[in-house]
Amino acid sequence: MPGKLKAKIVAGRHLPVMDRASDLTDAFVEVKFGNTTFKTDVYPKSLNPQWNSEWFKFEVDDEDLQDEPLQITVLDHDTYSANDAIGKVYIDIDPLLSSEAATVISGWFPIYDTIHGIRGEINVLVKVELFNDLNRFRQSSCGVKFFCTTSIPRCYRAVMVHGFVEELVVNEDPEYQWIDRIRTPRASNEARQRLISLMSGELQRKIGLKVLEMGGNAVVGYLQCFDLEGESGLVVRAIGTACTLDKLSNTYTPATAINPCNSSPSKDIKEAGFGEEAPGVPLSSGPPTPLRAQTFSSFSPSKSYSRQSSSSDTELSLTPKTGMGSGGSAGKEAGPLKALLRQQTQTALEQREFPFFTLTSFPPGFLLHVGGVVSARSVKLLDRIHNPDEPETRDAWWEEIRQEIKSHAKALGCHAVVGYSESTSICEEVCILSASGTAAILSSRFMQDSALDTEHRFEDLMSPGCAFCHIPYDELNMPFPAQLTYCHCCRRYKVPDVLFTTIDLPTEANVTGKGCLIQARLCRTKKKAQGEGNATAISNLLPFLEYELHTQLMNKLKLRSMNALFGLRIQISVGENMLLGLASATGVYLTALPSPGGIQIAGKTPSDITYEQHISNMQKKINDTIAKNKELYEINPPDLVEEVIGSPIPEPRQRSRLFRSHSESSDEVSELDLSHGKKDAFVLEIDDTDAVEDIHSLLTDAPTPPGFYSCNTEIMPGIYNWTSALQMFTSVRVFRLSNVNLTNQGLNKVFNDLCENLLKSLYFKLRSMVPCCLCHVNFTVAVPEDELIQVAVTAVAMSFDKDQTQENGRQSIDKNLMKAITENEDQLQFPLELSAESSSNPLNSAKGLSEVSGPLPSARAPSVDYSSFTDRCSSWIEQLRLKAHTIRCGSIKTMSSLEKASPLPEGRSRSLRSNRSYAGSSVTVVKMTPLSFIPGTKIIKYLGIINMFFIRETTSLREEGGVSGFLHSFIAEVFAMVRAHVAALGGNAVVSYNMKECVFMENPNKNQAQCLINVSGDAVIFVRESELEATPPQPHSASAQTSSSGEGT
Amino acid sequence: MRRMSMELDVFVGNTTIIDEEVYQLWLDGHSVSDAVRMRLESDALSECEASGEVLHSDTMDQYRTFQMCERLLHCPSKLANQLLFQIPAHRQAMLIERYYEFDHTFAREVLGKKLSKGTKKDLDDISLKTGVALKSCRRQFDNFKRVFKVVEELKGPLVENVQHHFLLSDSLARDYAAVVFFANSRFETGKRKLQYLSFQDFAFCAGQLISYWTVGAVDNMMEDMDVDLEKEFLHDLKDLKVLVNDKDMLDQHKSLVCYQLKGKIKAFSEMEANFKNLSRALINIASKLTNTKDVRDLFIDLVEKFIEPCRSDKWTVGDLTLFLTHYTSTAHTLEMFRFQILWERYMGVIKSCILKMYHD
Repeated sequence: MPGKLKAKIVAGRHLPVMDRASDLTDAFVEVKFGNTTFKTDVYPKSLNPQWNSEWFKFEVDDEDLQDEPLQITVLDHDTYSANDAIGKVYIDIDPLLSSEAATVISGWFPIYDTIHGIRGEINVLVKVELFNDLNRFRQSSCGVKFFCTTSIPRCYRAVMVHGFVEELVVNEDPEYQWIDRIRTPRASNEARQRLISLMSGELQRKIGLKVLEMGGNAVVGYLQCFDLEGESGLVVRAIGTACTLDKLSNTYTPATAINPCNSSPSKDIKEAGFGEEAPGVPLSSGPPTPLRAQTFSSFSPSKSYSRQSSSSDTELSLTPKTGMGSGGSAGKEAGPLKALLRQQTQTALEQREFPFFTLTSFPPGFLLHVGGVVSARSVKLLDRIHNPDEPETRDAWWEEIRQEIKSHAKALGCHAVVGYSESTSICEEVCILSASGTAAILSSRFMQDSALDTEHRFEDLMSPGCAFCHIPYDELNMPFPAQLTYCHCCRRYKVPDVLFTTIDLPTEANVTGKGCLIQARLCRTKKKAQGEGNATAISNLLPFLEYELHTQLMNKLKLRSMNALFGLRIQISVGENMLLGLASATGVYLTALPSPGGIQIAGKTPSDITYEQHISNMQKKINDTIAKNKELYEINPPDLVEEVIGSPIPEPRQRSRLFRSHSESSDEVSELDLSHGKKDAFVLEIDDTDAVEDIHSLLTDAPTPPGFYSCNTEIMPGIYNWTSALQMFTSVRVFRLSNVNLTNQGLNKVFNDLCENLLKSLYFKLRSMVPCCLCHVNFTVAVPEDELIQVAVTAVAMSFDKDQTQENGRQSIDKNLMKAITENEDQLQFPLELSAESSSNPLNSAKGLSEVSGPLPSARAPSVDYSSFTDRCSSWIEQLRLKAHTIRCGSIKTMSSLEKASPLPEGRSRSLRSNRSYAGSSVTVVKMTPLSFIPGTKIIKYLGIINMFFIRETTSLREEGGVSGFLHSFIAEVFAMVRAHVAALGGNAVVSYNMKECVFMENPNKNQAQCLINVSGDAVIFVRESELEATPPQPHSASAQTSSSGEGT
Repeated sequence: MRRMSMELDVFVGNTTIIDEEVYQLWLDGHSVSDAVRMRLESDALSECEASGEVLHSDTMDQYRTFQMCERLLHCPSKLANQLLFQIPAHRQAMLIERYYEFDHTFAREVLGKKLSKGTKKDLDDISLKTGVALKSCRRQFDNFKRVFKVVEELKGPLVENVQHHFLLSDSLARDYAAVVFFANSRFETGKRKLQYLSFQDFAFCAGQLISYWTVGAVDNMMEDMDVDLEKEFLHDLKDLKVLVNDKDMLDQHKSLVCYQLKGKIKAFSEMEANFKNLSRALINIASKLTNTKDVRDLFIDLVEKFIEPCRSDKWTVGDLTLFLTHYTSTAHTLEMFRFQILWERYMGVIKSCILKMYHD
């Protein structure tokens, strides 16, 4: 008997009146697990019953513990007729099965009824006693931790990343069983909820077993979805990344451990006279965020690495591969060592069937190169699943798609796919399966058990801000036509002109300016058809849809003068008579990639003057928009190339010759770059009305209102000083197309307006949070019925401190310096002077700097470190006044990470906190966010995965405020139930929250509606960083930072 | 041509967003379209450049939120421990306070009336008369009724009961106490002669009555209710008749007052001439208070029997203050007068009520 589950029913409150005569309720509770049921006594005539029951004990297999939810039903006792159900609570006890998660579930749970919604609350206590089970052939996988978070969770470190795990289970959908005709909607809904809960549990257990087989102990980036295939069944499927995680027992130690690694290289650098070279070498290998740095500290070889770096006289932190001594010529594929490494990784990956990773951000040094987005879709006809125990067809379908993805990745010269996800869209019996990810080359570091030799560490540690952009494929054998240039950062390796990815922006990436949400929207009509004909029609349309989405994305990207997309997510939704395509991504300007050319319009038909005029007008508009956008997003890539060439300062270059053998080639590179320069404007040909329409739609995207930014990635490059104010929200809109005979263009416009208006409304709603950024904006579209388009958005609005945007940038500069020169107090003056100089005279200093340093991303960019190591402090100030002639961009350790960690000066954050701590409320405040972190806080414990599925139905739609009233209260109820579960686990936040499904169906004529919602996330406990700082074992780096900011302000 | 129509449009935040401005529009009983129009016209939003469409969506959303919250606002203590809406405590307090705030012009009309269905039917007229939207009138009336129902049977101090059960601010709780008190005792406030009195005037008087004439006022054990005047006290008031029935005492009282006031008030001669009438008026009011009917007429009696004569003699407020002060204090020096405490308790309230009510 491997486990004992104990439950105690304490009390209820706010129960509904069940007896009209007395206006009271005689409530009792049934507690059910598996096939065992217990009952409490009836607590007569009260809306706030105090049952205070005994402990109900269930002796069960741990397999059941994983699969089954604890089911609590509150009923009203009726002497003469059947007892009426008030509502139910399902409690997933999985979090109690892992020793590191929650130990007890205790709290108030909303009593939920699928017809009436929340009806009062019940206070429950649940505990589990697990016995040691030595059975090797067990079917359970208790103890495997699950995380929705698509990065290594914050208080763990990754020992190993094993790779892809997937599983799916199928069943008949209770809603389509014959019995559904005779049972009540409530019974049917409950059967469905229970079934999906069971299937989820089973799925999780099976995936857990796979993880144990692989030798892992956790699944990260766990994504579970269900497909309602109607008649043909119900599929619950999940993918994830198996890992071996180590809990960081003391969260402070790593911080101290990382410190030498952060600071000592610069110390060594100083001694080696090291920061002086590298004209045109971009600064800033952005260090990982502090949390992540801590998390992986044990992998950052600290001392040994520094020593090595100084002895080899190479600038590891700046130019990744030069230190390898291969002298590999620029742009060519890899030196021998790299090849070797790649081989090793290759073999490590080849052992896996699918080298896929659901992670979107990575431990430093893990992601080496990114090839581009790979995606595959296939259209299938659904048929009844005959044998639920052998869901072979569905497995085969996904297998096929994954193979395709794998081969795409290979074509891009990549051995792995990261940021991988899968989705479906179902309409009647047609199902589109989609998978997408980003082809990438990974370091073997987290994939092999063997001890790593120094060389490995070597390369692993070097993840400068440009390496991931370098093409992984063979330039002579390119998989697709692309314009390659030399990397604008290191000038050694080739980079593509644009880069699309599905992952988050790597923390170390060099970005110029800020990013923004870019969406391509497309609507295509389709003839109504049946069966195979329908499937064929859809698959014929798909390539066009994808092509057009891609073109739109590209145009919009150019219009914003950006050159890379992150977090790209393309959703294609199929309806009876139309296909919807929505691509969302976050556009940024990667410093390493070439500046995008403008958009040039070419009229094809040589014709009259008015036409020419029209075209030139449009061209002007486009040019103006580009200019405006550049300003808006602060994209001022320095025109470095010419200046480097014409640089009148010989000194640094001489030195660089001294120190680096490649300097000559790098100069050549610069020249090459120049020739590539600006000539390649993107040409849009207007040869038909479609194109005109395209351009129109291009220009009609309303700019975000002042004070707002938006992105669909975790965070926005260029914003660091988040306050703790955050607001997660879900917004849903359904539009009815009243004119059925719309053209493609008409439809497009409708769809486009729909999304734009929704965004506008969001900005208006959240205006009190300005300046703020909508992060992780996640759009989902659906075609629930013939003439309906449904758009749902979940995102989090996070405020930041505008006034500090610039200062903080400067402060971070200060702090960088501080890092480099920790001991000498006199030198503290320097950074202050520097920041004063650059702010008062930004043009001059920027120019002065760029003369020397090349791609210096404006004084504002926080990732820049100006540090001169040639001379000591006394002369620095003087030199500065001479227009920074002698400032060279040297070794860079940005501290932007630390900024993120504690975005506010202490006083401010404290005041914010005090504002938020109100007395009197008995309900725990639970924050929810789709991000994996909460700014200004530290997650100290993961309590388990939240994966909840609810159905709500009404037969009195009008009385509940129509469809909007119905859905509004349902979403609020779902939030409430998520919060209650988290609070009962002892948590105060949900991170990586995701509303995976929101299926809404209505029948206004019958006054009915039904909605299904599936949400997931990780329940966590967080503490404010300011509170952490107060605790005695201060991390070294944090104290350094505090002092520096103290001095700096 | 509109090619599409919005079928459904919702926004739900993890923390419930509440726009105070829209909340007020909702409370004031404006329809969604009115509210949108008013918001469009207001300056506050001009910088947002919000279109009518955006405002309509936002207003609908807010109205829906308020409607969903309304159920909870009916029992404010529930708002703090409900799970459906995550609302910071200070916002909860704002929601409650604003919901229970009422228009004094409206309250003035309802004051002293039975909070019943019958009165509710008159709300149309009240709405017309006061200019308060009917919807808002209904809310305010229901609030009165709800508060009344809850505290009616409760023991202990009225104001505290209101505050405790409805989590209102002190001043609002006092106003409610007044409304409840008036509704319970059904004081006459509607007569033409009383029309000049505002809600605040009555609320003040109610405060006085609650503080000094109820059981709770003397008995700190809070055993009894605060809503009713103390029967025993009212009965004892009959004893004060001696002041006018005993001829000697009346004369002595008059001369003492005249002695004190000579040269100090302008209306001295009028006072001297009228003293016996005025004193008789006040004592008669006191002695009749055992009758429920006469309790109801307390204010009209005060106005007719005392305030109007003074007003017609053009007493100033100062005159009146001095008169009442000395009228009260000199009674203590009367040798044969044994009801000092009773007298003080009666006159203290009467004096402050009269002074509050003595204006145009």
